[in-house]
Amino acid sequence: MDIGIKEIEHIANLSRITLTVEEKNTFAKQLTNILGYIEKLNELDTDEVQPMAYATSLKNVFREDKLKSSFSRQEILELSPSSTNGFFKVPKVIE
Amino acid sequence: MLSRELSANKIKEKIIKREITAQEVVEELFEWIDIKEPLIKAYLCLDKDGAVLKAKEIDKKLSNGDKVGLLAGVPVALKDNICTAGMKTTCASKILENFIPPYDAFVVKRIKEEDAIIIGKTNLDEFAMGSSNENSAFHITRNPWDTDCIPGGSGGGSAAAVTADMTFMALGSDTGGSVRQPSAFCGNVGCKPTYGRVSRYGLVAFASSLDQIGTVTKDVSDAALLLQVVSGHDGFDSTSAAIDVPNYISDIDSVDDNLRIGVPREFFGEGLNPEVGSAVMDALEIYKRNGAELVDLSLPHCGYAVATYYIIATAEASSNLARYDGVRYGHRSQLSEDNIIDMYSRVRAEGFGSEVKRRILFGNYVLSAGFYEAYYLKASKVRNLIRSDFEEAFKKVDCIICPTCPTQAFKIGEKITDPLQMYLSDIYTIPANLVGIPGISVPCGFTNAGLPIGLQILGKHFDEGKILKVAKLFENETDFHLKKPELN
Amino acid sequence: MKYEVVMGLETHAELDTESKLFCGCSTKFGSEPNTQTCPVCLGLPGVLPVMNKKAFEHSLKASLALNCEISNFTNFDRKSYYYPDLPKNYQVSQNYFNIGNNGYVDIVVKGKEKRIGIHNVHLEEEAGKLVHPEASGANYSLVDFNRAGVPLLEIVTQPDMRSVEEVESYMQTLRNILLYIGVSDCKMQEGSLRFEASVSLREQGANFFGKRVEIKNLNSMKAVLKAIAYEISRQSDLLDKGEDVLMETRLWDDIDSVSRRMRSKEEAHDYRYFPEPDLVPVWIDQEWIDETRTAIPELPVSKRQRFVNEYTISDYDAGILTEDRLLADYFEECVKMAQDSPKELSNWIINDVLRELNERKTSVQDFAIPPKMLVELIKIKPTIGNSIAKDVFIEMINTGKTATSIVIEKNLTQMDDVSELNDIVARVIEENPKAADDYSQGKKNALTFLIGQTMKITRGKANPKILTEIFEERLSAGSK
Ligand SMILES: [Zn+2]
Repeated sequence: MDIGIKEIEHIANLSRITLTVEEKNTFAKQLTNILGYIEKLNELDTDEVQPMAYATSLKNVFREDKLKSSFSRQEILELSPSSTNGFFKVPKVIE
Repeated sequence: MLSRELSANKIKEKIIKREITAQEVVEELFEWIDIKEPLIKAYLCLDKDGAVLKAKEIDKKLSNGDKVGLLAGVPVALKDNICTAGMKTTCASKILENFIPPYDAFVVKRIKEEDAIIIGKTNLDEFAMGSSNENSAFHITRNPWDTDCIPGGSGGGSAAAVTADMTFMALGSDTGGSVRQPSAFCGNVGCKPTYGRVSRYGLVAFASSLDQIGTVTKDVSDAALLLQVVSGHDGFDSTSAAIDVPNYISDIDSVDDNLRIGVPREFFGEGLNPEVGSAVMDALEIYKRNGAELVDLSLPHCGYAVATYYIIATAEASSNLARYDGVRYGHRSQLSEDNIIDMYSRVRAEGFGSEVKRRILFGNYVLSAGFYEAYYLKASKVRNLIRSDFEEAFKKVDCIICPTCPTQAFKIGEKITDPLQMYLSDIYTIPANLVGIPGISVPCGFTNAGLPIGLQILGKHFDEGKILKVAKLFENETDFHLKKPELN
Repeated sequence: MKYEVVMGLETHAELDTESKLFCGCSTKFGSEPNTQTCPVCLGLPGVLPVMNKKAFEHSLKASLALNCEISNFTNFDRKSYYYPDLPKNYQVSQNYFNIGNNGYVDIVVKGKEKRIGIHNVHLEEEAGKLVHPEASGANYSLVDFNRAGVPLLEIVTQPDMRSVEEVESYMQTLRNILLYIGVSDCKMQEGSLRFEASVSLREQGANFFGKRVEIKNLNSMKAVLKAIAYEISRQSDLLDKGEDVLMETRLWDDIDSVSRRMRSKEEAHDYRYFPEPDLVPVWIDQEWIDETRTAIPELPVSKRQRFVNEYTISDYDAGILTEDRLLADYFEECVKMAQDSPKELSNWIINDVLRELNERKTSVQDFAIPPKMLVELIKIKPTIGNSIAKDVFIEMINTGKTATSIVIEKNLTQMDDVSELNDIVARVIEENPKAADDYSQGKKNALTFLIGQTMKITRGKANPKILTEIFEERLSAGSK
């Protein structure tokens, strides 16, 4: 299977990354190449195999419902490139 | 021997015995760093003032006769994807160029508690994605054995710093070999513990089901020491195991009778540099001479490990890196901010380098509608097959020995235009991450070009104690770990 | 043309916990923006989630109360989409293995029971809040992350609802259940209970579904009902004209009572779900299920049935009493204390207690008259009469005093003494000969006037029953 410019544009949009024309061409070629390599997984019949999503056999890990003090707002907002009146500020969002 | 050339255990002993002060150690170290850093470029950030301050504190404790920690006065470097409160943590990415975390990673807390001295943050491939260090947004770290060569990746900075005696030990992260491969290329000891042995809290995530913090040290005893400090359960990491930590430090010299070592055929086949292959064979002979039984093994699905890894790692990465959007922290575009989608896309276009973009794109591709089963689910199933291979193997053997990497360190620029070739350089390290088992790389020789070769020892889940012992046995019989590069 | 309406609801209920789903920050509503945040709920680099046990238990409890099949194995998935109120740009949710599946809720519409299927129940994290400045020309939005990471339960129905009434009944029944089992405070005005509706129309009898339209931004149950009524008529108009209904998401504008196409969601969503590797799976064994089941109190539907049987009150009254678990508890406690008169207590609670709660905008747990005091009032009522009892009731709320002390203080005990009343009646007859005469002549309503006059003199304390007897006796005797 090939990853063409159209597919690259679609996933770039999903990824929220603006790409230059040059990048689109390079990535299309490289990702197609990698995809070709990955096709080798299809040599294996995995119909009866359970997927392994975790690298641990742990289960049922919880914390108690206990309050902990939050961080100071000033400390948090100082990290932000843009804030005002105690809020984080972003370009206008239209619903 | 110069103090900076000593192992962490040795320098600690001298500090505790008050043969040298921690402050002297730090100051001498920084003198050396000042001279050699321009050549090696191992660091992204150095904190001499903080280090000296901490050293004085430890010296004071010692002169007061107070109890000191396991790492008393030992300078430690941290890969720059491990969060340090008040100290920049950039992941070698423009998107986090000025990011100062408001909190310490679990491992940072631990080493501070044990009186380590944090001297700075080391270079890496951006967000730990790479095998050569060439993907750092800031500069390329050089291999101390040959500065035209890459130090390995992603933790090239930590490995180069340890080898160049620019720190006594370092912490790194290993998602597909990022601790072991650079250690092999730089000729030191790199240990990736079992998934869950060391808390990931505060390690900036690349691929959450594969990431594990590891140690980079001058010898195996130092690895045991540092691992001792950072291992253990953490309530802030759901995947952290509540399994007791054995005493790695004291157990390391005990001898195991009837050691059975698995030698997997698949790791000695096509693509293996013959010089590397023969060094590993020589190492196996040493084990045999010491009474170990070598067992021929097959891990039939390991040939699929890189493909499996690439799907899982990029899928997880695409989601882990979604948070870098310029809203709460990090880089924000100076360009127009008319609409939010535009802002996100510009921030991320400007902030990420090519390799990171490539992996985010690929990860989103394999997870996108209609492809989940064909790629992510398929890979998760093959991952299980690889896990079964190891499970079967460990029924027959105590550990598995193979090369850490198929080749020696390659030249800067050699593979950068061919991502697939670059990924294949991690072919022997990736299986341990997929399965979650511990692995350690120790120096086992040099190629004709004078570049180090790494021997990889893989163990069962939570059997770090065993692989440390097996590694120590080899180190006792050889002196590869004592060899120093000439730094001109 | 006549269409069949096919509707489903997605409900989001914030779970009642002290701390957020993955960190120790408070879930309190209404604090200053961004004062309840930390590295974890802001999605800073390197942080990891650890699940709040209470939130998970609440979810399990709700799944059981909604008659779901409980998966032995559940885990969490990442749902990816970019939105500035979503710190990690993915939401930890469940997609492949929900906690609860295939449940149902029985509702009653116009006296008829109907079963609404629950497709699934799952646990996820809440997003933060976007604020759009009102200043004209403001080209920015603001984000408050206090709410980000609050545990959120999503309950998805099957497309089983066929009328606005069914939707209304479902919402009320579901809300009651969640309140009964104590997993959510269900305060719609604070956003802790929210609904999204999906509406499609098809020709009567058709066996396919029409194009589905989702409606968001429904901030009250009233808004839901208005919005779906609007949507039904919008879609039938389109279909009548032979036009197509577009599959889309619409936002309800409660002020203008119209819905509008949502602009930001034009691109088809591709959530790229995959298992959240930072959390481990949860295995739910039978023991855990059994334990949780025993913690589920009697639910409204069965409580209502039991009230009818046990206390012989009407189904209607039982319905009102069981709408609120605390009110039902209040009623039962009264009955238990009084050991009698459930019907009368039920009347008092439905007519007087509820009226005062509404007027005073308070809840039954904060009500000034606890069961013990209400029962006392009912017990002494025969000595003061019904109308004085009503006054005493109000006085009790206003002063917090018991009925007995008010009666003593104001000397309100009913006059039962026949000879004393005889004297007063004699005086009234003397002063009102015309009325007395009318009554003797058979004008029954003259008695009402005479009793009224007597009550004036006794300040309402005369026992009306005895009074009637005396008047009847005297005036019929006089006519002889
Ligand atoms: Zn928080």
